[in-house]
This record gives sequence, C-alpha cells and structure tokens, in this order.
Amino acid sequence: MMDAVELEIRGLNFYYSGNTHALKNINLPIYKQRVTALIGPSGCGKTTLLRCFNRMHDLYPKHRYEGEILLQGNNLLANNIDLISLRSRIGMVFQKPTPFPMSIYENIAYGLKLKGTKKKSELVERVEKALKHAALWDEVKDKLHASAYDLSGGQQQRLVIARALAVEPEILLFDEPTSALDPISTSKIEDLVMHLKKEITIIIVTHNMQQAARISDWTGFLMLGELIEFGTTEKIFTAPTEKLTEDYVTGRFG
Amino acid sequence: MNHEIKRKVEGFIALLFSTFAAFFGLFWLVFILGDVVVHGLGALKLGLFLSDPVPAGIEGGGLRNAFIGHLMITSCATLIGVPVGVLGGTFLAEYARGRRISRIISILADIMVSVPSIIIGTFIYAIMVRPVGHFSGWAGAVALAIIMIPVVLRTTEDMLSLVPWTLREAAFALGAPYYKVIVQVVYRGAATGIFTGILLSIARVAGETAPLLFTAFNNSFFSVNMNGPMPSLTVSVFQYAMGPYDDWHAQAWAASLVITVFILFLTIAGRLLLKWRYKQ
Repeated sequence: MMDAVELEIRGLNFYYSGNTHALKNINLPIYKQRVTALIGPSGCGKTTLLRCFNRMHDLYPKHRYEGEILLQGNNLLANNIDLISLRSRIGMVFQKPTPFPMSIYENIAYGLKLKGTKKKSELVERVEKALKHAALWDEVKDKLHASAYDLSGGQQQRLVIARALAVEPEILLFDEPTSALDPISTSKIEDLVMHLKKEITIIIVTHNMQQAARISDWTGFLMLGELIEFGTTEKIFTAPTEKLTEDYVTGRFG
Repeated sequence: MNHEIKRKVEGFIALLFSTFAAFFGLFWLVFILGDVVVHGLGALKLGLFLSDPVPAGIEGGGLRNAFIGHLMITSCATLIGVPVGVLGGTFLAEYARGRRISRIISILADIMVSVPSIIIGTFIYAIMVRPVGHFSGWAGAVALAIIMIPVVLRTTEDMLSLVPWTLREAAFALGAPYYKVIVQVVYRGAATGIFTGILLSIARVAGETAPLLFTAFNNSFFSVNMNGPMPSLTVSVFQYAMGPYDDWHAQAWAASLVITVFILFLTIAGRLLLKWRYKQ
C-alpha cells in the first residue's frame, strides 16, 4: 500500500536567536495516518524540527525559518499563516504532562471553547468522546469535576492527549511523551498512539529507541541539525544505509 | 581538649546573645499588642460603632463616621490600586518578560514599597488637595492606592513567574491567543498567590495615618462625600490620643484595637492562603 504524503518538508533551515543554525537543509515527507519517529542524540534538532510544524518557535524572538513545510499545498512557514487555526489543526503533547489548573472536564473543554463550541450538551458529548478516545474515560468518568492535578502522571499525560484530540487535529506532535512516565503508563500511551494513527498523522520525538522501533512506521535519524537518514522503521533499525545511523541504533554512541 | 571547651563556651555565648536579642524584640511587640488589647477591650463599646462624635468635652459619642470613612477610603484605594497593580504585574511577567524595561520597573516598584508613606501623602496633597483648595476622601484613596500598587504589582509578577512556562506553551499549542492564555490559564494557576498579595496590600494600607493626614484629613461629622474631607480610624486615633479628654483616649484605644485585629486577621488569612497554595 502506498502511503500518502501529509506534510512535505523542503529545504528547511532553522536559526535560533544569535544565528544558531539548528536545522540544516531538512527534506522529509510525513505520511498520512502513519507514525513517524524522529530519533537522534541530545541536541540533534529533533525537538526543534517538531516545534517547526506548529510554529512554536514563533513565541520567541529572533528565530528564522527558511524553506517550506507544505500541508495540502500550503506553506506553514508563510508569514500570512493564521497560527491559531494552524495550531488547532496540528496539536502537540509535551514531555511533562501539562494539565491546566482546572477540572478534568474543563481541561478538555478548553480547546473546544477556544474553537467556539458553546453549547453545553455538545461540550459534554465531545469531552466524553475525547476521554474515551484517549482511553481515560473509565478512570475519570466519576470525577470529571475534580482537579486535573489529582490524576497520576500517566493519567495526566492521557488527559493532555485527550485535550489535544478534542479539537480533532489532523496531525498530533509528541515531544518525548513518555520520558517522565513509568513503564506501565508508557505502554498505555504507546498503545494509544498505535490506535490513534488510524485517524490522524503522528510525529513523535523519542529518546527511547525501542519505543521508536515498537510504534513507528517511518523513522528519521538526525544528528547535529542534519537529517542523516529517513526510511521505514524496519529499514532504519535492521539495514540502515548510513554508518552513523547503524552506530546510533545499535547503541554505539548517543 | 581545652580547644573543645573554648568552642563550647563560645557557642553558648552566641546562643545567649541571640536568644536575648530575640526576646528583647518580642518583649516590646507583646507589650504593645498587649497594651492595645487590655486598654482597647476595656473601652470597646457598641456605641463606638453606632454613634458619631459629640462635641469635645461632652461624654459619650463614638466613631461611626471614622469607621465608615475608613472603610470607604480603603475600599476605593483597593478598587484603584488592585487593577493597576495586577495589570502592571501582568505586563512585567508576561508581555515584557525578560526585557530590560521589566527589570527596571521591578526595581522601581521595590523602591516604592519602602518610600515613607508621608512622602506619598504630601505628594498627593500637592497634586490633588492644593489645586482644589480642600481635603478629600478621593485624595486619601489615591494616596493609599499608590502605596498598594507596588505591593500588588510585585506579588502578581512573582506569582505569574511561578506558573511553569510549559503550561503557557500547552495553551498556545491548542491555538489560544496570548490574552486568553493569561486570563484563562495563567491567572488561574496564580490566583491564590495574587489574592494573597491583594489581602496583604490591604493590610499594609489599612493602618496608614500619614498619607491620610495630608489628603482625607478628618471630619467630626458623618460623611459619605468622597469629595470632601473624610474621617478615618487612624487619623482619629492620632487626634484623640493627642487630645486632653479621657473619653477620647478610651475611644482611641478601642479604635486601635479594631484596626489591629482587622490587620491581624487579613495577614493571617493571607499567610494561611499562601501555605495552602504551596501544599498543593
């Protein structure tokens, strides 16, 4: 089966303030309804690349993008892109769980309200749907109005995923989503990711090589701001073309 | 061996001096508070709250006018000072985060906190009392508000800075514009802290006399006209304590007790809230 391209990254260069050249001429396709893992040693630029997709860098001064990231023919890096609508199409889940200081229900409803959903009945329905989607419903259905901070770390992370899912994004970005979690919570999140790719495109940055091998379909290996190799996860982990990739995935450095 | 004894003796002396210093300080504090409580309780009568002052030399009367005046001036000061302080703190912690202007304003606010309040009183006298030719409750409220602003501003700034940056990023990542991130997420995270700052700033101005002396002045009659001179508890205490009548002295003691208890209550409430916040 041919994979369809959802995002096309062409000649992407990124500079932080002070002209740090963090990403160097990245060319990469992201396939629709597939999980793409970005791996590489610390400081290689994988998180920087991830944060280009929802223009998170725009929050900070003096950054600079060059090149294109095409989503259905539109360049996400163009100046006239509406960041608010972009970010509701491309959601993000962070390394540490980031529940808002509100109840579980309000956390999920937050994004929906931002998008203009006002009707209470619709909110209730979509909150339930999102929580079920993130496999959290059974654990929280009796305490929807309790503080989100009462949940465990793993539950908080699934809450945050549910919050991102509630606005029905086309793409979900994960920035090392399990690095702060225990093994059981980690496997729940991994199951969830595998399940979610039936509907949405997922890009995940991970330090955990086994995780990349387990859950991704495509893998990109970055080092020092360059994309060294991109291919199917199977190929990257069993028969990489580049010597550097092989050294990294076999644990010889990193 | 000798060395060890010497060190023990030194340690003992240090302990002795610091304990003495602590008790010396505490003694006066307890003395003052105790004195206020003993004299104040003795003079506390229902009439103090219910009747207005009577002409000097005549027994009886109360300070109803001063209670109401004090409440009005302090409330107006809060209504002016809190929004300015909270919004200013928001500017420093959010919109100007990390900029030089933010640091400069922060430092200026810190200096403002320790400016003697009488200077603020005379300043307001010059710009709000002199030009119109008479004292006013508004002038008093503005003077107190100016004392409140740096306190509220700095607490707000500190409390907002404590909200993790990742929380803001998470809200941005959902497509929220900055003002919604601040109002709906950051303020909620910092609400208890900001509220505590507000309570403590009210406590700070509720006991001020000097800035009111030059602005709201005093009024022996009941008045709710903020455009005219207005009585306040602290100024009344000042005036009555200096007066020649025993009855005035008694009322001054009782008023002192009421202000002290009010401030104590606000301060304790503030501390409890802070403690509760950090437990979360």
